[in-house]
Amino acid sequence: MTDERDARTERKLKLARAFSRNVPHNEALGMRIVDVTESEVFFELPYDTKLVGNPDTGTLHGGAITALLDASSGLAVFAALTELVPIATLDLRIDYLKPAAPGKSVISRATCYKITRNVAFTRAVAYQDDPEDAVAHAVGTFMLSTKPGNPS
Amino acid sequence: MTDEASAPPSSPLLDRLIAAKAAHDHQGLIDAVPYARFLGLTTAMQGDELITTMRFAPHLIGNPTLPALHGGTLGALLESAAIFQLLWRAETIVLPKTITLTIDYLRSGAPVDTHARGTVTRQGRRITNVRMEAWQADRAAPVATAHAIFLVMRG
Repeated sequence: MTDERDARTERKLKLARAFSRNVPHNEALGMRIVDVTESEVFFELPYDTKLVGNPDTGTLHGGAITALLDASSGLAVFAALTELVPIATLDLRIDYLKPAAPGKSVISRATCYKITRNVAFTRAVAYQDDPEDAVAHAVGTFMLSTKPGNPS
Repeated sequence: MTDEASAPPSSPLLDRLIAAKAAHDHQGLIDAVPYARFLGLTTAMQGDELITTMRFAPHLIGNPTLPALHGGTLGALLESAAIFQLLWRAETIVLPKTITLTIDYLRSGAPVDTHARGTVTRQGRRITNVRMEAWQADRAAPVATAHAIFLVMRG
């Protein structure tokens, strides 16, 4: 039982790594997979001065957090799929709860909590030290099995 | 701890934004924000509208197979278009704080320049609501739309 679960988690980790690699914008932001569990994907955005939104405070721009939440939510969908199909983000709603402290990376913990035949639903929380004291929170929906160039 | 209550807040960023706005210096607006430079944003007036453009560059790609822009870059462009609109139209410049951002992805973003604009739908004393749209070749066929709520308070 435990071996079976470990094998599934291992498969998800490999899958998530494969899908996060070779994505130019993920690489430009330095984002990387930290961990994958049975139901969650942990994706990290390292601090970088080029991603700063307010040079007075050194806090990251909301856009970089958006990219982290979007990418990690998509990975959570891939990790939850039993059969690999292309996906496209339908919508993403982000609540910015507090500025990210400068000099520290931000981690997104994303989960795909519901999958139907056509649509996947995700939740993600971006935090630095404590997921209960989050920087941002996001919910998203993804279309499954899209053809290239036709997201709907 | 700095004592923020006793003196007006001194902000080099705010000073740069105010100076850029006074001089109609669009590049100065962008240069004040490191992440806007990283994305390759530019702003320009087209008639009465402030248009924010994200010049295409390979590091903006999210799907190399299609290829298509990363959804995060479109979200960042839309949010930036709203913020630049607020900074540009405001009589007194304050830094808007994004509270919520909701993005609808309508089409995959082709590897070309993307334009965006923000329209203020309500300006309150503390809260400003903005709608945004982003398009590429055809403005009538947006790649993404969004709406955002900003906290806009002095100090």
